Amino acid sequence: MITVAQPFADSSPAIMTARPGAWRACLALLRRDFLLAWRRRGELFLPLLYAVIVAALFPFALGPEPQLLARIAGGVLLVIVVLAMLPALESMFRTDLEDGTLEQWLLAPQPLALLALTRVAAHWITTVLPLIVVMPLLGALLNLPWDVLPVLIVALLLATPLLALLGAVLSALTAGARRSGILLALMLLPLAVPVVIFAAGAIAAAQAGLPYLAPLSWLAAALVLAVVLAPLACAAALRIAVEA
Amino acid sequence: MNTSPATVAPLLEAHRLAFARNDEPVFGPLDFALARGETLLVEGDNGSGKTTLLRVLAGMLPASEGEIRFGGMPASNDARNGQMVFLGHRSGMNEALSARENLAFLAGLYGTREGATIGSVMQEVGLAAWIDEPVGTLSAGQKKRAALARLLLLPGDLWLLDEPYANLDRHGIDLVNALIAAHCMRGGAVLLTSHGAVRFADPHARHIHLAA
Repeated sequence: MITVAQPFADSSPAIMTARPGAWRACLALLRRDFLLAWRRRGELFLPLLYAVIVAALFPFALGPEPQLLARIAGGVLLVIVVLAMLPALESMFRTDLEDGTLEQWLLAPQPLALLALTRVAAHWITTVLPLIVVMPLLGALLNLPWDVLPVLIVALLLATPLLALLGAVLSALTAGARRSGILLALMLLPLAVPVVIFAAGAIAAAQAGLPYLAPLSWLAAALVLAVVLAPLACAAALRIAVEA
Repeated sequence: MNTSPATVAPLLEAHRLAFARNDEPVFGPLDFALARGETLLVEGDNGSGKTTLLRVLAGMLPASEGEIRFGGMPASNDARNGQMVFLGHRSGMNEALSARENLAFLAGLYGTREGATIGSVMQEVGLAAWIDEPVGTLSAGQKKRAALARLLLLPGDLWLLDEPYANLDRHGIDLVNALIAAHCMRGGAVLLTSHGAVRFADPHARHIHLAA
């Protein structure tokens, strides 16, 4: 038998059956989500394709001006990633609500917020991480200066989980609604603006040779807050979604 | 001799339990208790609030009035989660995954009953040959059987079954009755709903009738 460390193991004495530790539940959920992602790997490829197409079209639309491209590349890549993330956010909890899996989440002896956080992590790894992995290629297409690339990647590593967490709350809120995609985009927009501003600020500072640590630190602080608070909001929204 | 209240108190109790949606009463007020080894059959026509009652008891809907006690304690998510196995209209299984993968996920959340394995419970519900097929490719009756396998695998003592006979053939109905009888024998309790069109086997079962 595999014994895994159980950092969240509950200590209530009066239970009749041993509950699996929260860590084991998270691993089971991760395994399931990765398996599902693998079954639907064609769909996962679409955001990647979208990002490559947009990045490839930009230089043609703007004309052959390497300096102009280099100046706007960071901001353009940022927006491409945010837009490529959007369609998948909508369905983060949709099928689980429709097939009754969420009911099983609710009744499980595990904190719902922890399951929600695990779902966001699985979602981010399967849909956003590939976008960040191809960032050097997209940067090359847009003539992004090579010394800015690491800053862009760090900014994305902080900004995209933050957006995924915010998006998860909205996705849980709109899970019961039909055609909620545009609604979710509208609700996410005001929340995404500050994230994009700080990420773009870091990239612009790096490009100008200025210190870029401050905006990155703001992003990191916001991410820490979101990791703690967003799953709680998400869990409350999921309970409402199952009630309806 | 006085034993601790948790072992004496019924597994599930409802006092003056009522639910109203937008001030329209759906059911209640109801009073009942369900002890270990007992079966409670909730009957009623379509729209009489059977499913709603089950969801209120499971904690998925807040009761409008009254109290639910679980093992003698006021029911909270902490007190009852993991002690119940819920089988609703929706199967709770992802159609792109196989029954084995779906059950493995549930086992990760809930743990497993002692001695039960995914292979053995799928054998018991008669789906051993379909264990690795995507659930979406199974027939409605087979999906129901795959969902029933959860009852045997997960450790909860209280089964909440919403229309467990739906979509099942004669053998499937016998299977459900056998599962319920065995669960009551080993000290579990079952609360199930039915619109009354099927033969329910246990003559000792208690009944609640909900009027539309």
